[in-house]
Amino acid sequence: MSAEATVVEKELKVEKKPAEPFLSKRRKNIVTDPLSDDNPITIQVLGICSALAVTVKLEPTLVMSIAVVFVIVFANLIISLMRNLIPGRIRIIVQLAVVATLVTLVSEFLKAYSYDMYKVLGAYVGLIITNCIVMGRLEAFAMANKPYDSILDGLGSGFGYAWIILTVAFFRELLGSGSIFDFKIFEAIGWTTFPTNGLMVDSIGAFVVLGILIWIQRSKSGYVEN
Amino acid sequence: MEVFNIALRGIFIDNMIFAYYLGMCSFLAVSKKVETAFGLGLAVVFVLTLTVPVNWLLQEYVLKEGALTWIDGSFESIDLTFLQFIMFIAVIASMVQLVEMIIEKLSPALYGSLGIFLPLIAVNCAILGSSLFMVQKDYNIIEATSYGFGSGFGFFLAIIALAAIREKLKYSKVPSGLKGLGITMLITGLMGLAFKSFIGIAL
Repeated sequence: MSAEATVVEKELKVEKKPAEPFLSKRRKNIVTDPLSDDNPITIQVLGICSALAVTVKLEPTLVMSIAVVFVIVFANLIISLMRNLIPGRIRIIVQLAVVATLVTLVSEFLKAYSYDMYKVLGAYVGLIITNCIVMGRLEAFAMANKPYDSILDGLGSGFGYAWIILTVAFFRELLGSGSIFDFKIFEAIGWTTFPTNGLMVDSIGAFVVLGILIWIQRSKSGYVEN
Repeated sequence: MEVFNIALRGIFIDNMIFAYYLGMCSFLAVSKKVETAFGLGLAVVFVLTLTVPVNWLLQEYVLKEGALTWIDGSFESIDLTFLQFIMFIAVIASMVQLVEMIIEKLSPALYGSLGIFLPLIAVNCAILGSSLFMVQKDYNIIEATSYGFGSGFGFFLAIIALAAIREKLKYSKVPSGLKGLGITMLITGLMGLAFKSFIGIAL
């Protein structure tokens, strides 16, 4: 879609609800900025660990994305509600406690309803606690903004994270296992001799795919690091 | 001998960075200069060697199912595993604080060089990750300590190597979109390829 078309579409949406305070332009920017111009992974360099670790297959990646979005949104909301009560010196511990509680919820939920997925993701669910995106958003946004804005910010950052790891997972599963969501795509179109690339399943493939993705994304958004 | 092997495996084969992608955030952010990378690496080795055995004790005597029997036989059915994340992260955060205070007292020179990195370590995934992996691997306490040291040293080695490469990289002409994070990811991939050669060694 061209840039003009996006602008026109945005204006149309704004015109539809001119007096609606819930979706003002500023608030819309809170959600859309982290999707590309201020992406948590490719621009801010946060949350790389899990971006690489769970992206061998699309299915665990999707579960991981949902878990992270859930944790970011609710952690942002809770910290934002408490922001005037938290003493500055112990804020990191308070934030960690809130995040750890939410992650424990996610982990128990997975254990109860999807034990296979729980085993596949293993320790990486627990590592959402130390996912820098969550801590970064709490520290940089939720500590200084109102609850509703914080929820929007959490959604933006969460989806910004999600689409990057889903893209990485797509290429890694396609080239590494020759499948999409465990559906053998190349066999289905009759190409049974498709050479799967072992490096893609391995950590090296993750580094290279993410590196190239960052290259493309930064070239498009024009962001240059010194 | 097994203890030694666990440490060696942690350093080369199950390297925190190249095999498990843990601690990537600080690995990428603090690897612009060898000197600062050295400081962070040292702090990570230090904290990991301390927190993994402490978390082992916690897991073995408090959290595991039936672990509380040492207090009273009637606690046999209590399973506190769901508190694992909160307890581990609390131990890590307080250990980091403790280590910071001890170093400040004993060696102001070391504190000066490590100082700013210590608080950063509390949110380093490699620290929490090692504790969680240690639980999965069912080590005893000596093996757990050795595993903690090994993973820390592996991180140390990786971050220094990357910092040295990035220092040289300053003189290269990198495409503007690849500058910084992009090229670092590709280099890390190549370094991982080199570390893969250790896989064939059976320990």
